[in-house]
Amino acid sequence: MSRSSSRSPFVPLAVIAMVVAGSAAAFAYTAGWLSPERLTPSRLVAALAPPGGPALGHRRNHAKGICFTGEFQSNGNGMALSKAKVFTPGAWPVLGRFNLATPSPKAADATVRVRGMGLQITTPDGDVWRSAMIDPPIFAVSTPQAFYDLLGSAPKGPEAMKAFIGRHPEFMAFAGWAGSAPWTSSYAEDPFNSLNSFLFTDAAGTTRAVRWSLRPAATQMPITPEELARKGPNYLEQEIAQRVAGAPQRWTMVVTVAEPGDNTADPTKAWPQGRRTVEVGTLVVNKVIAEPDGPCRDINFDPTILPRGISVSDDPFPAARSSAYARSYDLRTSEAKDYPRTPVSGSAKP
Amino acid sequence: MSRTMTPVHFSGAQRLLHWTMAAGIVAMLFIGVGMISTVAPSYVPLVATHKTLGVALFALVLVRLALRVTLGAPPLPADLPPVMRLGAVLSHWALYGLMIVMPLLGWAMLSAAAYPVVLFGDIRLPPILPQSDSLHTLLWAAHRWLAFAFFALILLHVAAALFHALVRRDGVFEAMSPLPQRKTMPER
Ligand code: HEM
Ligand code: HEM
Ligand code: HEM
Repeated sequence: MSRSSSRSPFVPLAVIAMVVAGSAAAFAYTAGWLSPERLTPSRLVAALAPPGGPALGHRRNHAKGICFTGEFQSNGNGMALSKAKVFTPGAWPVLGRFNLATPSPKAADATVRVRGMGLQITTPDGDVWRSAMIDPPIFAVSTPQAFYDLLGSAPKGPEAMKAFIGRHPEFMAFAGWAGSAPWTSSYAEDPFNSLNSFLFTDAAGTTRAVRWSLRPAATQMPITPEELARKGPNYLEQEIAQRVAGAPQRWTMVVTVAEPGDNTADPTKAWPQGRRTVEVGTLVVNKVIAEPDGPCRDINFDPTILPRGISVSDDPFPAARSSAYARSYDLRTSEAKDYPRTPVSGSAKP
Repeated sequence: MSRTMTPVHFSGAQRLLHWTMAAGIVAMLFIGVGMISTVAPSYVPLVATHKTLGVALFALVLVRLALRVTLGAPPLPADLPPVMRLGAVLSHWALYGLMIVMPLLGWAMLSAAAYPVVLFGDIRLPPILPQSDSLHTLLWAAHRWLAFAFFALILLHVAAALFHALVRRDGVFEAMSPLPQRKTMPER
């Protein structure tokens, strides 16, 4: 044996210790454990919680909602923009969720300004397209970091909000919408907009940036929030269940195509009027199901779950939302016992 | 020299697999903790890479185990203390176990959450479990804590390998050396 007993093991042992400690430190750094200022999905989701803490078992935002099923009737026009199977002529099964943009599942309808829709369209080729859309025509902030700033500022009162608007003047466009747009007393009368930009790739390989909207077939009947409040705290869910039981409700899906130079990375910037729009089909909602044991409950309407022919763009939101929604999903599914699957008696849900 | 009769190092294929998989697994651990702590645009490609590489590593470990069963491994040095010998055997099988279980947990966890499992190249894997919030919670926790255990075990494994290479100098490191080897070891 050439292993010499005269060699001191100190140097090799120090090398080994350094390799191990260095690897562990690199791992901790990558995990964000050494950088408390990093905006992680956990921090973003925690910032959504209302003062009393999150509603366990529920979505960390858009917590109040009701499931629906139906179909997407594609007219084939979308094939000019995307090779996704969903745009070929045909009818594809749909699962969705009408919801209110609040972290509290018990919030009264008239206290929530923004309404949303989660939508999943499945095609026979195995592709799944999920999206989560809201009714304002533009988003409140330009970046996920600014959204976090908004969540931190809003509860601190008017002074903090003034400072926030100083940092993020783009918020004023959204505030203008919130102050002036009419309220309705039905999800069936609301439009739902992707707001974020995505890329559509057609069969020839041409890629275009787009946004899409669902425009309601029902006529809008404006109502004041006071009138809505008088109808009861859970009127919207009762109304949509009754309305759909009476007749299927429809929305037209319209895809708007950006032109070179349009801002696709900032959902607070509407594109100029006159952009090419394509009506690609009709969403038909024909059944409404209460959430506790409904089919939308355990679905994450992650906007990065896309079929072949649709992909994310330079808009930073879908990635941030995907990361945050996964966190919310992990949390709420692990708290299922706090949200019984059968509606508790006395629940206003139909 | 009696040693010429038994192999003193792993076959070239085994060494190639050991080192490519080592790089892949270290990448998986770093991508894993990195992706779940960011909301940046890189989140989307990081997750796609994590799933794709994870499934590829699962395919490789099956090949590797088949080679291990057919070709075997060189014997550990005769003068290795029994405790270290036991530690080597147990930790190697634990590493194999984690290499098999981690990708399956990832795939099963996505299935139990009703997420489509999409890899790079538009490869779509079928779900291996029905949607279930209790299963998802269990698999999520297992994937997370076993990943940390995996990393800790790898640190221990690396420390042991370097201990063999730098302190004991007993040929164990050379048995898995990434460099081509002569058929027999020089005097050890
Ligand atoms: C960085 C910004 C955002 C954050 C942190 C955020 C956070 C969240 C979270 C945590 C959920 C619950 C997810 C779940 O548990 O399944 C959620 C749901 C939702 N979000 Fe966002 N969101 C953001 C931006 C947006 C934008 C830009 C839109 C619309 C264009 C939007 C529309 C919705 C809708 C409609 C839902 C409900 C989906 C469903 O029914 O499950 N969010 N959001
Ligand atoms: C060698 C195999 C693998 C290793 C070492 C590994 C390691 C990791 C690590 C370290 C994390 C972060 C855990 C945390 O900090 O909470 C993670 C998360 C994750 N992994 Fe893996 N993984 C492997 C295979 C896979 C595969 C094959 C898939 C899917 C097909 C997958 C899907 C995921 C997902 C979805 C997450 C995020 C979980 C969450 O929601 O928090 N992994 N993985
Ligand atoms: C990062 C992930 C790694 C994994 C999962 C891993 C896994 C394994 C496994 C399962 C074996 C046993 C082979 C068998 O008996 O069939 C082994 C052997 C070995 N590994 Fe690793 N390894 C990793 C990294 C490393 C690194 C970074 C080094 C060097 C610093 C290393 C050095 C060795 C050596 C020297 C052997 C041979 C031990 C013997 O002769 O029995 N490994 N490794």
